[in-house]
Amino acid sequence: MSHRQDGILEPRQIDASVPATERLGRGPVAIIECVENIPCNPCVDACQKGAIRIEGDMNGTPSVDFDICDGCMLCVSACPGLAIFVVNKGLPGGVAEVSLPYEYTPLPSVGDTVVTLSREGAVLGEGTIQRVLSSKALDRTPIVTLSVPADHAMDVRHFLAKEPPA
Amino acid sequence: MRIRQHPILEFEKGPLIEFEHDGRKLTGHEGESIAAALHAAGVRVLRHSIRLDRPRGFFCAIGRCSSCLMTVDGVPNVMTCVTPLKAGMRIETQTGKGIIPDVRFTHPPADPDYPRDLGNVPLAIVGAGPAGLSAAIAAGRLGVECVVIDENAVPGGQLIKQTHMFFGSKEHHARVRGIDIGEILLKEIEDLPVSVITGTTVLGLYADRVLALLRNDRFHRLTSDSIILATGASENMLAFPNSDLPGVYGAGAVQTLMNVDGVAPGKRVLMIGAGNIGLIVSYQLLQAGVEVAAVVEGLPEIGGYHVHAAKVVRAGVPILTSHTILRALGTEHVEGAVISQIDPQWCPIEGTEVELDVDTICLAVGLTPNCELGSQLGCEEAFVAELGGRVSIHGAGLATTVEGVYIAGDASGIEEASTAMLEGRLAGLSAAGRLLPDLDRNELARLKKEASEGLRTLRAGPFGEHARAGKRKMLELAGVRGGDS
Ligand SMILES: Cc1cc2nc3c(=O)[nH]c(=O)nc-3n(C[C@H](O)[C@H](O)[C@H](O)COP(=O)(O)OP(=O)(O)OC[C@H]3O[C@@H](n4cnc5c(N)ncnc54)[C@H](O)[C@@H]3O)c2cc1C
Ligand code: SF4
Ligand code: SF4
Repeated sequence: MSHRQDGILEPRQIDASVPATERLGRGPVAIIECVENIPCNPCVDACQKGAIRIEGDMNGTPSVDFDICDGCMLCVSACPGLAIFVVNKGLPGGVAEVSLPYEYTPLPSVGDTVVTLSREGAVLGEGTIQRVLSSKALDRTPIVTLSVPADHAMDVRHFLAKEPPA
Repeated sequence: MRIRQHPILEFEKGPLIEFEHDGRKLTGHEGESIAAALHAAGVRVLRHSIRLDRPRGFFCAIGRCSSCLMTVDGVPNVMTCVTPLKAGMRIETQTGKGIIPDVRFTHPPADPDYPRDLGNVPLAIVGAGPAGLSAAIAAGRLGVECVVIDENAVPGGQLIKQTHMFFGSKEHHARVRGIDIGEILLKEIEDLPVSVITGTTVLGLYADRVLALLRNDRFHRLTSDSIILATGASENMLAFPNSDLPGVYGAGAVQTLMNVDGVAPGKRVLMIGAGNIGLIVSYQLLQAGVEVAAVVEGLPEIGGYHVHAAKVVRAGVPILTSHTILRALGTEHVEGAVISQIDPQWCPIEGTEVELDVDTICLAVGLTPNCELGSQLGCEEAFVAELGGRVSIHGAGLATTVEGVYIAGDASGIEEASTAMLEGRLAGLSAAGRLLPDLDRNELARLKKEASEGLRTLRAGPFGEHARAGKRKMLELAGVRGGDS
């Protein structure tokens, strides 16, 4: 199946947006999962360091210069496709952080344990909320950072708040 | 079923008031539509059909389809999806054609600001969506006095229910939410010689560009030197057994109910159609706290952008391509749906049926341009599948075959708000060029070129293929029949 049939990107389609292991180990970096030629480019304008490029007119696909990107997350809430994630694999102890756009209520609180979901919507395991950004500048697209087992970093793309105990 | 918490919207509601439904006291908010108030109170059946006595709910929620007719204060056939709720209203489920009460109908009192004859305006624009408002801005900036007329209580067209961020580029308000783009356009109009008349329907257009308007149950006449038709589009229906049950709603109706009225359409929804609209509305349902059982698409591929699909898939909603709905289940309203896989000839594959437990079925199966006003004026038309149906033939400058009449936005072919804004601008410029003979032609040509180039870029990618093909056909037809430049 291709992503045109079920909406799920194949691993090879994501490879191009993932930096080398060495770069990942150096700290947070933007992972853009936007593979189609759509008329859109606000990510390019959002990155003040000029790390995101789209070749040709705005119908090209974005790519990140991983040496320039420092994972500042400015692009995350600027993307109407909600297709940009920031992954930090530069942490000790076998954990990584994934930051993702989260336009749902209620917002989780720091310290909450949540159920992590993959691109397919499948349950991966658990994560812990580390930070919740929802300033006015983010214009109602809050950014939630959660810590997950390091080997889940490239798979966690959403989460479910755990049902509060009945 | 009111939405209590929403990540994007805050619902400003009128005071809580009492009204009567079939003899029962209910409460709702003053000013919301009767249908929304009833839905919030759990009432989905609004009337019974004339011949077969089938239950009916609303379908379009924009006053077009007549599915929601009820008897209000003794008057039958009131469109409850667009009629505001007032305290003490007596609302009854209507059966059959209803009985017209034996009283003299009285006009509401005349409004001194709106005499019967509204005189003449250089440019009349029908529709205050992104196309109409952009046309007014472009023409207004060049000094053309315009009147924009829209049937809704608030201007903005489709934008008023679009909570998601838009695509495109900076120049097209990319990353701004649809709801906020409407505000931006209205703000731009403030300093221009443009007036917007809301709550007013253009019922007809007559020779010499005369407009017949209906406002608060009173007729008005407006004449104009030029007209831009920016009337948008209507939603398509899909036929399947029980598709008339209350709970089968158009995607635009679902958007209106949840994003304008703040009422959830149901608890669990089946979405039909994986184009951008089906995908976006599914996402908006999830944001409103409504479950989406699946998105079903007959074609073997998703029609919308992958980034829209990814948002719903990662939230656990399956997108089932090469699938269709076989029937809705239920007697008074939707209680379930049966879907199945289909073969390339769209025939259901036996043994693949699945029954889904849903209370709402949302149809996002395409839009058809609203071209009636152009037809009435005698604009030549053509059926162009790539543009969504019959449209008035128009040239690159958006002139129709009738002198002084232009068309823009979804009415000229189904596309997006970003293209609608640029088409509106182009139509506004064309109209200004005709109305103001002293206008600097070089400057006008430059402005028109800028808008045309914007359109070309927006349509350049693979998702713009339909629009490119459709507009190419239009240009050929306009060349033969004399649209314009
Ligand atoms: C769910 C959904 C999501 C979308 N997402 C996007 C997106 O992300 N990006 C994007 O660019 N586009 C998007 N679109 C498309 C976009 O909304 C439309 O293409 C755009 O609104 C068309 O603009 P318009 O001005 O032509 O028509 P409309 O916005 O439909 O406005 C037409 C107006 O004219 C009024 N009218 C019609 N007839 C009359 C009459 N006789 N008298 C008085 N008034 C009349 C109507 O009531 C309406 O207010 C989306 C659409 C939907 C439904
Ligand atoms: S995370 Fe910051 S530096 Fe990296 S691409 Fe996004 S905006 Fe640019
Ligand atoms: S803003 Fe988002 S959707 Fe648009 S091109 Fe950039 S990554 Fe893709």
